[in-house]
Amino acid sequence: MSDHIVFENVSKFYGEVLGVNRVSLSIEPGITGLVGPNGSGKTTLFNLATGLLRPSRGRISVLGIPTDRPQELFRLIGYATQYDSFPRGMSGRSFVTSYLRLYGYTGTEARRLAEEAIERVGLADVAHRKVAGFSKGMRQRIRLAQAMAHRPSVLLLDEPLNGLDPMARAEMIGLFRQLAEDGLHVIVSSHILHEVDMISDTVVLLNHGYVVAEGDIRGVRSEMQSHPMKILIRCDRPARLAARVFEEDGVVEARLAEDGAGVVVATRDADAFYLRLNRVVLEEGLAVDTVMPVDEDVQSIYRYLIGSEGSAA
Amino acid sequence: MSDASAIKSHRSLALRQTLAVARLEIWRNFLGLRALGLYLLAGLPVALVLLFSWGRITFEAETLPAAGGLAREFGAFYGQLFARLVIFFVCLLVFTRLFRAEIQERSLHYSFLAPVRRDLLVAGKFLAGFFAVSLVLSLAVMGSFLVHFLPLTLTSGSGGYGAFLLRGGGLGQLAGYLGVTLLGVLGYGAVFLASGLFFRNPILPALVVFAWEWANFLLPPVLKRISVIHYLQALQPVPPPEGVLALLATPPSPWLAVPGVLLVSAALLALSAWRLRHFEIAYGEE
Repeated sequence: MSDHIVFENVSKFYGEVLGVNRVSLSIEPGITGLVGPNGSGKTTLFNLATGLLRPSRGRISVLGIPTDRPQELFRLIGYATQYDSFPRGMSGRSFVTSYLRLYGYTGTEARRLAEEAIERVGLADVAHRKVAGFSKGMRQRIRLAQAMAHRPSVLLLDEPLNGLDPMARAEMIGLFRQLAEDGLHVIVSSHILHEVDMISDTVVLLNHGYVVAEGDIRGVRSEMQSHPMKILIRCDRPARLAARVFEEDGVVEARLAEDGAGVVVATRDADAFYLRLNRVVLEEGLAVDTVMPVDEDVQSIYRYLIGSEGSAA
Repeated sequence: MSDASAIKSHRSLALRQTLAVARLEIWRNFLGLRALGLYLLAGLPVALVLLFSWGRITFEAETLPAAGGLAREFGAFYGQLFARLVIFFVCLLVFTRLFRAEIQERSLHYSFLAPVRRDLLVAGKFLAGFFAVSLVLSLAVMGSFLVHFLPLTLTSGSGGYGAFLLRGGGLGQLAGYLGVTLLGVLGYGAVFLASGLFFRNPILPALVVFAWEWANFLLPPVLKRISVIHYLQALQPVPPPEGVLALLATPPSPWLAVPGVLLVSAALLALSAWRLRHFEIAYGEE
């Protein structure tokens, strides 16, 4: 059995409106971030992976199982959608338990699994209350509990941190990491970029239905050779360093940092620059305090690739 | 696992899942305020018969009809009120909402994300609707029947009432009406479950069906056959009068009417299952 989630040249059109176009991805175990502004195709991609939508073209398989076989597929997948809606009148506990019964579990098994999941998302004390009375953060968490209660191998989470306070976010991020360490695929979508940067091992960047980049964040960044990367070097003689590095190949900008205590260098070839920097430092006898990329986060990659900041916080 | 035990295990899982869907549906739709419309609509004929019988016993004690007259009255009452209106509207109210309500409140995806075949979702939901509606309407029919024949206690004493029920064919007639009711729920239930899946606003097609069923007595014999009411009225223990404007047709035999309704219901359920298998969750666009 494959351990990848595979999209092969997948397109989805809603009439004449594009959902996603020619998406080819192979997602490995671990935490993968799906990033894009609203309307970029994140939810469409999730809905395609779970068979809630059918692709107009292409094929999708999850751990080797095509998405038109729900009996097998949904034993492997848990999907917490971003639809903030629930069947009316249910308590948190009955919501999770009732849907577990659809898997064929007995009442006792369903209750045990539901309790386990509810405990894990930290809602054990309030699960007896009606979902309608839950806060947005609690509703997020009960959806997560429902998605993971049957112990899936793949967890798809559409904007799972929406509505959570900072403490709850930290707890959830910890939980995602724990689940990934247990060997799950955890795919998290967000339009808030620094969140995904914090959570994910790899990212898939989407815009207007197209995958514009994918891979680990550094890998994606290094693919963009034509986009200068900015590196901050703090040292004892920044003006001297600026003058030296500006002569180096590939460096397109070298300016003093705003606080005057360092140099910000823009280079098209970061790896080559790091090697040359060592030589310059030795030749000039500089005392270097810090060397760090200043834009190697998803936000800057995203801004570069997409040409806007989306709705990033 | 041998093939035989694998098949048995699959069947057992399918049964458990169907029952789980049905249980969830009953819990959600038939045990709360949401079901008030169903109970009020089903209670309406009982209240009417009760009022009518009380008025009759109170004000017309001298001219009360005998058992045969009451049976003809009940046949007309059942045919016009239950078969044409109550069963129709209760089924409309309940079965169109089985899927439509979940689409409107954006919760259908929870069922779609469980490892259940979608035809089992149709089966489970229909089973829940059929069970709940049949139970409530059967109680309503029984209540109406027993109350309608109450005047017999005056004309022939309480012994006469009991004698009519037990030896005069009363219980047989009641069983007949209950059977017709179940068949009506099956037929209209399948029609409205399908319309809830095929139409965003199932009220318009429901009005068309209602007009077609209501005008059935005016239709030529060939067209009469394409309606549920034609078979239900033909199966009544005491068929209702068709009215002076009616185009008369030979009533279908029970051997044709019962399998006919069953077959049409099965075909509509199969169509609903097909529709659900191809159904995509796109609440905004749907």
